[in-house]
Amino acid sequence: MEFKTHISVKNLNVFYGNEQALKNITVDIPGKRITVIIGPSGCGKTTLLKSFNRLIDPVDGVRVSGKVLFDGEDILDPKVEVTQIRRKMGLLFQKPYPLPMSIYDNVTYGPKIHGIRNKRELDKIVEYYLKQASLWDEVKDRLHQPASKLSLGQQQRLCLARGLAVEPEIILGDEPTSALDPKSSQRIEQRFLELKNEYTIVIVTHILRQAKRLADYVVFLYFGELIEHGPAEDIFENPKREMTKEYIKGIIS
Amino acid sequence: MQSKRLLKDRLASKFMLLLTIFPGLIVFLMVLGLYQRSRPILAIKPLTGLIFSTSWHPLNGEFGLFPFIMGTLWVTAVAAAIAIPLCLLTAIYLSEYVQKKVREWTKPFIDLLAGIPSVVYGVWGVLVVVPLIKNIIAPFFGTFSTGYSVLAGGIVLAIMVFPIIIHVSLEVFGSVPYELREASWALGATKWQTVKHVVIRKAMPGVIAAIVLGLSRAFGETMAVLMVVGNVIKVPSSVFDPAYPLPALIANNYGEMLSVPLYDSALLLTSLVLLLVVLFFSIVARVVLISVERSIQ
Amino acid sequence: MDRRKIEESIFKWLMFTSTLIIIFSLVLILATVIVKGMPALNGAMITQTPKGGYYLGREGGVLNAIVGSLYLAGGATFLAVLISLPVVLYLNVYARRGSRLVAFTRFSLDVLWGVPSIIYGAFGFTIMLFFGLRASLLGGIIAVSLLILPIMSRAMDEVVRMVPEELLQASYALGTTRFETALKVVVRQTLPGILTAILIAFGRGIGDAASVILTAGFTDNIPYSLFRPVATLPLAIFFQLGTPFPEVQQRAYASALILTVVILIISMVSRILTRRFTKHIVK
Repeated sequence: MEFKTHISVKNLNVFYGNEQALKNITVDIPGKRITVIIGPSGCGKTTLLKSFNRLIDPVDGVRVSGKVLFDGEDILDPKVEVTQIRRKMGLLFQKPYPLPMSIYDNVTYGPKIHGIRNKRELDKIVEYYLKQASLWDEVKDRLHQPASKLSLGQQQRLCLARGLAVEPEIILGDEPTSALDPKSSQRIEQRFLELKNEYTIVIVTHILRQAKRLADYVVFLYFGELIEHGPAEDIFENPKREMTKEYIKGIIS
Repeated sequence: MQSKRLLKDRLASKFMLLLTIFPGLIVFLMVLGLYQRSRPILAIKPLTGLIFSTSWHPLNGEFGLFPFIMGTLWVTAVAAAIAIPLCLLTAIYLSEYVQKKVREWTKPFIDLLAGIPSVVYGVWGVLVVVPLIKNIIAPFFGTFSTGYSVLAGGIVLAIMVFPIIIHVSLEVFGSVPYELREASWALGATKWQTVKHVVIRKAMPGVIAAIVLGLSRAFGETMAVLMVVGNVIKVPSSVFDPAYPLPALIANNYGEMLSVPLYDSALLLTSLVLLLVVLFFSIVARVVLISVERSIQ
Repeated sequence: MDRRKIEESIFKWLMFTSTLIIIFSLVLILATVIVKGMPALNGAMITQTPKGGYYLGREGGVLNAIVGSLYLAGGATFLAVLISLPVVLYLNVYARRGSRLVAFTRFSLDVLWGVPSIIYGAFGFTIMLFFGLRASLLGGIIAVSLLILPIMSRAMDEVVRMVPEELLQASYALGTTRFETALKVVVRQTLPGILTAILIAFGRGIGDAASVILTAGFTDNIPYSLFRPVATLPLAIFFQLGTPFPEVQQRAYASALILTVVILIISMVSRILTRRFTKHIVK
């Protein structure tokens, strides 16, 4: 499998106050593949993910050093327009967070913010992306109902549609199925496998089985340190570091 | 020994149960008690007559409440016009834009001032607000005012309700999940867009409840307003005119209440009306706040 | 794109200004009270009663009001505790969680919390008429205790509610009755919080004028009977300010300063106590 770099992380350090969440991370994330970040809870996986779309910025007392190169730019540069970076990356959270508005408005929120006003265009966007998230059939007759009325699985798919509607290049997922029932989880995983043809996908998960199902590339973080990274078969069949071996076997978790 | 302990427990339980009925009972008794005392005047004049009549001559048995009701409405309206925008803007700023440290110092400061007594606000109003209106604001608008006016009452009242509106609004904003903001930012929205379209939307019912709570406080506030509003029995025609709000009416006439026939009945009827209005808005606001808390769960 | 930025800047500026206005106005009030009150404040103010009638006298102080307020607020607080504490213990230890009586009582207390003090004065007045009482210390105590009851109950309830269910069950498992658990476990654990609630209510009771204007009367003397009128600081301020004599108005400013200082001290002490207390909670 060939890997072309889409995001290049160089010497990334993140501090929350006095605690160091990420220690000198250097890794290249391949494009149009699914990269899975694995590791025990609380070891910096989410921080790494959120530093890609700079969602860690608003946290009180955060300090970041290093570079994250994306499309040639260092997105950590303060001169960079944050909202444009974020637009290029869609993020799915652990628990779905539908915005307090109708299903229709949830999907058009992003596009409207970025300037699209034409009603017909918006209608098309809604239909297209709800179909992409395989939610269209279930909601096409109640687009103007509040999004909060949907089931959790439907809400997460709505969040996926919402995230895709701004036409990102990268989809980020922070344990995107951990709050869902098995059937909904399966649907989301299925979508990821299909979407990787058009988007680069980076997912954080603590479920090893899910990682094995989805990953093309694996990044293993342990308490803020990058232990090992590489193509999925290499990591799962032939891990080079002892710690990786033990994590995969399920000894440390 | 054992039975003595159990007996104590049982007695205590009955005793406490009895007392627990107290709060509900007080609400009921207040309405009942005031109503009982209002009946003499209600027997003579219909309620609508009293509310819409403008002639207040207790010695002649005339108790028209209209000027006082209008006075209360004017003052409360001015207070609302000042307090609502200021409190909302401040609450949003403190909740979404300042650093935690700033918020941690400002919040207690604002809360601390919720404890300042009404009379002290009144003294300040007389010393600062009244001359301000008389010497600067009224001339600026081309009119004359003694300073003792609806505007003075409204300004003082607005400052008095700042703490409660801000406090409750901050709580409501705080209960909006952080991730909801993250979800909006992740789509490329700016902080302000997120506040405008997501946070305020989600917090709206709670914020409205906060405002209603604050205003119902303002409605019944007595001393501070009484000291700066002029207490002239006339329906005000501008904010620079004096007025005579309902609570001031009740408070000012404690002396003559019992010596003029039906006077006490009229004043207690006024209290009843005031109580029912405040109860209504309080209950509505509380119900909204409870359902907001539940839906955010 | 530019319109967005402009809108954001305008609102940011508006928000910052609002916050400044609010903080400034509150600071201004404190400053005015201090600046006007300090010059008139002297030993005589605190230690003497008004001489020659508080309308005409230029000498003397407000000892009548200080002592009167302390008695009145103290009596009212005492009465309120007698009701609040058992009610709050009942709601949290005895009653079944989620019972309707509990919800109804809490809701009633919340509603009572919002009732304006003048109404408590009017209701107190009704009670006094019913029992044939005249304007007196007792009348004032009744009105003010009704006023501060919801405030005290709510503050106590918030504290007692935080006692974890497991702690109660651990106590029951040792074979104690609910009464014993309530007293020995709950009250002991929440004592600082309960004291804070009492302080807060006391602070509110001592500063209120509207509830006492109809029920407590006024006098130059230090209270010596429950059935005689009593002077209170808030009313002293009010009357003194209303006279045409500048010297007496000066005394109003000094009295206002005294009252404000007392209340601010109470507020700050209760805030410090709350912070200390919540540090050590068993969770």
